[in-house]
Amino acid sequence: MNIQIVKFYYGDIPEDKAGAAIVSNLTKSDWPLWEVFIRSKQGLDHKHVGSLHAADAQMAIENARDVYTRRMEGVSIWVVESKYIHATNPDDAEELYEPASDKVYRHPTFYDLPDEVNHM
Amino acid sequence: MTPLIDYILHLADSTLILAQRNAEWCGHGPVLEQDIAITNISLDLLGQSRNFYQYAASLIGKDATEDSLAYLRTEREFKNCLLVEQPNGDWAQTILRQFFFSVYQQLLFIKLENSKDEQLAAIATKSLKEVNYHVRWSSEWVIRLGDGTAESKSRMIKAVDGLWTYTGELFEAASYELLCSTEALREGERAESESVGIDPSSLKEVWMKKTAEIFEEATLSVPENKFMQTGGKEGKHTEHLGYILTELQYMQRAYPDSTW
Repeated sequence: MNIQIVKFYYGDIPEDKAGAAIVSNLTKSDWPLWEVFIRSKQGLDHKHVGSLHAADAQMAIENARDVYTRRMEGVSIWVVESKYIHATNPDDAEELYEPASDKVYRHPTFYDLPDEVNHM
Repeated sequence: MTPLIDYILHLADSTLILAQRNAEWCGHGPVLEQDIAITNISLDLLGQSRNFYQYAASLIGKDATEDSLAYLRTEREFKNCLLVEQPNGDWAQTILRQFFFSVYQQLLFIKLENSKDEQLAAIATKSLKEVNYHVRWSSEWVIRLGDGTAESKSRMIKAVDGLWTYTGELFEAASYELLCSTEALREGERAESESVGIDPSSLKEVWMKKTAEIFEEATLSVPENKFMQTGGKEGKHTEHLGYILTELQYMQRAYPDSTW
């Protein structure tokens, strides 16, 4: 198997591909990769738990049920084909995230709260 | 042995043997995800068989335990249907065997939920949730392979040809099934839902309908009526069961009463 997944980063998506990654050298018998999100309890949000291979969405959900919920981890499953997930480029971390590090005033910690206000 | 004990052992044996067959896939599944799926099903079935064996052991009394019933009986004493002891073959054969059995189990447990015997009814209710998923999972696969590539289709056709002959037995009542399902009648009750066991012939029509539905979606044809193998429920098995039990019972036979 010699799979190359070319991901497009945010803002860099060619229109005609509608954002899908190009997966080359993918033979017919290889199933695409899916990302799995599980909600562990009603009211909580879905959390990414891992990935798996499946031929289509139906099979991905069933596989996720068998692989990721066998120890009662969840009450709801989302799957999304991995190629539809777009990510920031780790090389851009400096310009994307570091500018926020010296801007403590963006945290709501400069107010004097009355004692009566709990749970803040 | 009362008919009820035989009936429970029959239910237990079929689930145990299919659990053992599916467990043979452990570490050998076509892909990791399906390896886990088929062994999950194996464990579900093993759990069901334990419930049945424990209940049977409590009725037999004396020294009987779930272990003695599973590990210390010979193949002539096993009452599983022939279908479940058939070899795994390829993935098509395995999932078709599961599909045939799960649909049968689903119909059986839906009725058994109303059994006059509370313990059997409780086991049926608990197992039904698992079986519903087995039906869904195996149906998906029958459709996927039947309506898949030329290769997968030819394998499904081969699987149907090989396994169809073992489906008739599911619906042919053994002596104890008949006794358990007509007991209520003799006591003057009418509704079948109030008997202890279920006459499996009452499941055949719905089973055929469901199978035909899935086969149609899978672009497979339901075989014309042909010769059906029977005997498993009365202890007359295909040669495969001996080999299964040899492996299954090896530890207890070689080291009797050994513990961890």
